[in-house]
Amino acid sequence: MSAITSVSPPAKPATLRDHLERITSNFWLRTVAQKIFIVWVVVTVTFFLIRALPGNPIEIFVMTLMDAGMSEEEARTTAASLMRIDLDAPLSAQYVDYMGNLLKGDLGDSYVLSRGKAVNEIVFQRLPWTMFSVGTSLLISFVLGMFLGMLAAYKRNSWIDHLLTNLGAAINSIPNTLVALILVLLLGVTWKLVPLNLMRGSLSPGVEPGFTLEFLLDLFKHYAVPGTVYVLSTLGGWMLAMRSSTSSTLGEDYVTVARARGLSDMRIITAYVGRNASLPLVTGLAISLGFVVGGSILIEKIFVYQGVGLLLSQAIAKRDYPIMQGILLVTTITVILSTALADMLYGWLDPRIRIAGGGGVNHVK
Amino acid sequence: MSNKGKSFWTETIKTFKLIARNKVGLLGLILVTALVLLSFVGPLLVPPETQAHTDRINKPPSAEHVLGTDFQGRDNLIMVIHGGRDVLLVAFTAGILTTLISVAVGSVSAFFGGRMDSMLMTVTDIWLAIPRFLLLVVLATLIELENIWMLAIFLAIFGWPALARQIRSQVLSLKKREYVEAAQLLDLGAAHIILKEMLPNMMNYIMIALITSMTTAIYSQTGLVFLGVVPFGNNWGVMFSLAYAKNAIYNPNAAASLLAPMGAIILFQLSLVMFSRSLEEIFNPRLRTGV
Repeated sequence: MSAITSVSPPAKPATLRDHLERITSNFWLRTVAQKIFIVWVVVTVTFFLIRALPGNPIEIFVMTLMDAGMSEEEARTTAASLMRIDLDAPLSAQYVDYMGNLLKGDLGDSYVLSRGKAVNEIVFQRLPWTMFSVGTSLLISFVLGMFLGMLAAYKRNSWIDHLLTNLGAAINSIPNTLVALILVLLLGVTWKLVPLNLMRGSLSPGVEPGFTLEFLLDLFKHYAVPGTVYVLSTLGGWMLAMRSSTSSTLGEDYVTVARARGLSDMRIITAYVGRNASLPLVTGLAISLGFVVGGSILIEKIFVYQGVGLLLSQAIAKRDYPIMQGILLVTTITVILSTALADMLYGWLDPRIRIAGGGGVNHVK
Repeated sequence: MSNKGKSFWTETIKTFKLIARNKVGLLGLILVTALVLLSFVGPLLVPPETQAHTDRINKPPSAEHVLGTDFQGRDNLIMVIHGGRDVLLVAFTAGILTTLISVAVGSVSAFFGGRMDSMLMTVTDIWLAIPRFLLLVVLATLIELENIWMLAIFLAIFGWPALARQIRSQVLSLKKREYVEAAQLLDLGAAHIILKEMLPNMMNYIMIALITSMTTAIYSQTGLVFLGVVPFGNNWGVMFSLAYAKNAIYNPNAAASLLAPMGAIILFQLSLVMFSRSLEEIFNPRLRTGV
């Protein structure tokens, strides 16, 4: 015993450097720092693009106000108060000011769409609609895609596999704007199956949100067609991913062993193949959940669905920069949070990754 | 010289025979070629529609105007012929640029490893974690894109990260192969090993990546045009966006002016996807047995 202790080197007192090293090599700390860094980059880039470029939107805004009959002095003060920045202050001071407001959760005020109203308030009004419509369709598409993908993998090289994979690849490559327009054209105009002009927007006028049958029916009526578009345009991706994931799982030894042990097909499908094959897709789902908030700017525009995407396209049309910036910030944060969630989920679902520890997790896109 | 020319032709014929083995891929190639010819040679043969014809607004297809006429009475077929060039140029340029960036980033990152790898991959992860289409839209309104080349560069800057990750993992696995290790022992230099030893062995990946980036470029381009962020000239995207803006969707007579450009875009996308199927077979001999 004493011989052993004499061989081992005397314990060094932990230096400051060791502490620092332990802190910087901590996986969670590094992840959080990286995420904050990404948000900071996005905010900073948009800030300087909007304010520092020649012919920037603020100058243009001042010019339009002057064209409307204001003196330069007046126009500049109006612009400054609307955008809550001091136009005469140096850019660095404006930046510090803006970041200070951001840290307080203040995204500024809208200056065209609804002048003077807080961007926060405007965005949060639209959020539930987008999250409901895109979120539910994402789940439907995910479940359906998993099922069809597994079916294709099990029936590999049969006609049903060829049909599903070709269709999946085809739909996957068609821009969802076009899917939406074709559906509108077929369902609403050519076949006259659905009364599309009654279905624009997210609710009929006069219907109040609440747990009433009328509200739920109306909600569904307005959701049906855009929801179908979301499902159709994302289904192919999930299906192809699930097919390839299932195919490779089917070749694993543990599946062969399970078969040899005489387990029922149902049990093999659910407990052995399904669970393992869906692993990479679950992370994909977590990432996609983050993109839900941004919604689909194009689909919402076509169906006049009152979500965040429509708000963004309205803000773009009117060049309402605080709103554009606000939406970009909110969606960036949610996407980053969901990517972090995906990384965590992956480590939790697949212990092999957890053992490897620390390293960057490759997420499936 | 003549020998070289001959071998080039035999190679071309051999490649073509390989493509022809896969019927879907062959159809894809024929369609892509047809659309390229239509968009680049067509405009030389057919004079463009320069003025409005108020006497024939929004007519459905007829013998005289095969694809009907649009809201200004212009012939849709002629508009489609003249509207393909920009879409295709943007798709090809953006696709090539995207692939170049991702191959460069992916292979350098994997080949050199260490600090270079972690630095490049951090940048890639950052790019991946951003809602890129929204950022694309917002930035496209700020930086006014003046011509199709700028749009193509812009799309490429946004398109590379996912591909770069794929290329990186390919290079990582190639790095372990004996011939690459041999080349490293011979001290052939990074450029030689990457360009001469590794790239030819990931050609299948790169070609398919190229096609995927082209389809993605068309996808984003269509969206940007539809939002009115990149308004230029006459192209398929502008055509259907304008038709949509003029309420063609609720006018059965105008349906053709919506469907014609949309059909062209969809056809191009599908033929690219189909063609990529047979490319997979050309570059991956193990797949060749089954058609």
